Amino acid sequence: MAKETWMSRLRAENLTLAYDRRVIVEDLDITIPDRSLTVIVGANGSGKSTLLRGLSRMLTPAAGAVLLDGSQIRSLPSKEVARRLGLLPQGPIAPDGITVTDLVSRGRYPHQGVFRQWSADDRAAVDTAMRATQVTDLADRYVDELSGGQRQRVWLAMALAQQTAILLLDEPTTFLDIAHQIEVLDLCADLHEQQGNTLVMVLHDLNHACRYATHLIAMKDGAVLAQGLPEEIVTAELVTEVFGLACRIITDPESGTPLIIPAARNSSRSQARAGRRVDIAQERV
Amino acid sequence: MTTTPPTSTHPRTTGRPARILLARSGRVSVAFRSRSLWVCAGLLVTTLVIAVLSLGTGDFVISPSNVLRTLFGDGATKDTFIIHTLRLPRLLTAVLVGIALGIGGTLFQSLSRNPLGSPDIIGFNTGAATGALFVILVFHGTANQTAVGSLIGGVATALLVYVLAITRGVHGYRLILVGIGVAAILTSVNAYLMTRAGLRDAQGAMVWLTGSLNGRSWEHVRPITLALVLLVPVALWLGRDLRFLELGDDTAGALGLKAERTRLLAVLVGVGLTALATASAGPIGFIALSAPQVARRLTGVPGPNVVPSALTGAVLLAAADLAAQRIFAPTQLPVGVMTGAIGGVYLAWLLSREWRKRRG
Repeated sequence: MAKETWMSRLRAENLTLAYDRRVIVEDLDITIPDRSLTVIVGANGSGKSTLLRGLSRMLTPAAGAVLLDGSQIRSLPSKEVARRLGLLPQGPIAPDGITVTDLVSRGRYPHQGVFRQWSADDRAAVDTAMRATQVTDLADRYVDELSGGQRQRVWLAMALAQQTAILLLDEPTTFLDIAHQIEVLDLCADLHEQQGNTLVMVLHDLNHACRYATHLIAMKDGAVLAQGLPEEIVTAELVTEVFGLACRIITDPESGTPLIIPAARNSSRSQARAGRRVDIAQERV
Repeated sequence: MTTTPPTSTHPRTTGRPARILLARSGRVSVAFRSRSLWVCAGLLVTTLVIAVLSLGTGDFVISPSNVLRTLFGDGATKDTFIIHTLRLPRLLTAVLVGIALGIGGTLFQSLSRNPLGSPDIIGFNTGAATGALFVILVFHGTANQTAVGSLIGGVATALLVYVLAITRGVHGYRLILVGIGVAAILTSVNAYLMTRAGLRDAQGAMVWLTGSLNGRSWEHVRPITLALVLLVPVALWLGRDLRFLELGDDTAGALGLKAERTRLLAVLVGVGLTALATASAGPIGFIALSAPQVARRLTGVPGPNVVPSALTGAVLLAAADLAAQRIFAPTQLPVGVMTGAIGGVYLAWLLSREWRKRRG
């Protein structure tokens, strides 16, 4: 028991999460491996965001408990938790007319008090976070003037300035175009590899999840269907079961991770196009 | 470092980063922004200038130097009587009510994340008026009983609006819409009470409804002073946490802030300040709405600017009262007429700006 606690700083035991009376996650046991980049995937309404809210104490469990370093997260002082575990919620709100530096500085809240409002440590943490996310050049800009990708990096900088060993991210790539999605995910992978942080994120895109995750958790109807290294667990059967999608799995030529190819729609037009493409390919050869 | 020219409608006058000053002693360090400090100093000086002017003007004119001499206890007997007994309590009531309205406004605008989320827009003033009208018209109460009635009416309305608007956190627009709805109902209640009243009662009630500082004496100054001494420190402490609450409940919660507790406390303090201000001077409109916005444009800092808003409220109300006394002299207008006239224009501008922003 004690040994297991040491191996994982964040886990849930018999966790049941509900909104009002509607139970979303029931009796779930889950362990987030330390220093992993854990990605939670699942269909809409599978309870993945709810689980993240539960893990980050934003949602009080209806039953069971979330344990941080072996103690019930609810029993720990709020600021104490905030120094160990950070959360970047989905679609965070920036107040009107706030500058990038000001927003990033707010990540220092759990390290401050009414009589200790700003210190050299705060300055250093904010600078480091801004450098890591490459927003130093945007320091004096207003957050609402930035592009979606820049804004997401600023929010990440705020979460990093909090200097927590564990960081939870709820769909950090939503509303971003493909280039900015990859930019944000590369950044997360860098943080994980270089600083040894534990990252837990909910992602919609299964291919992104397979490429970046060191630990993948597939959820359906509030339960975990499979978890482990993407290469070991992702099969066409699993994808069909989790998303209800017929597909083929090939190896991503860039990263060597599983790549999901959804099955083509079985219509005369798609078959004709597939045939033409084969012809073109053969001509080139 | 990159700076961009100001392009959007947010309050901003420079692209320079805010310079942060630290007051340190031992392990204690408190952060100030230098621009906010200058703004506060400027507002204080403006308040003092208006104070000397108001104390000196009236049917009996006293020169600024004599006003100052009298304030420092070295004036002529007649000047001392006029200033200490007649004019100083009125001026102090204006300044203190202005402070209370400014802080109440900034707390509520921060909670609703919307400049329209001010106590005077979301029905607190109307509720206070209902309470006062009941006392004046139904129970024929005294001035003090009227004040208590308005206090009860204001607090009850605020709690009603808050309970109706709350659904897993308060959403700005919901609070405002519920508030406007409740205000509309109470306005018709007030109108009904007025139609049932005798002419003399109705006249007195009408003066109260406009919001007036006429004939304020030391007995009006004392309760509001006490309230400010108790509530302002709490408001200052809350101001810091509210800056984080503006990031949304989840982000603030992830930073270790207790969102629900902070919000409830801010509502209680904001309602307390607004209700006491109304009890002292009647439902003076638009100060709570405009003071925080003016303060924010002056300091360029987002979030609740508690001290600058308080001082702006004091300047606005003291200046409005001076104007209300002098513009049609010797006729003295109730100060509410003045703030209403200026505030109405401001509200129209604010609404049209919000509307344009929403249309993109």
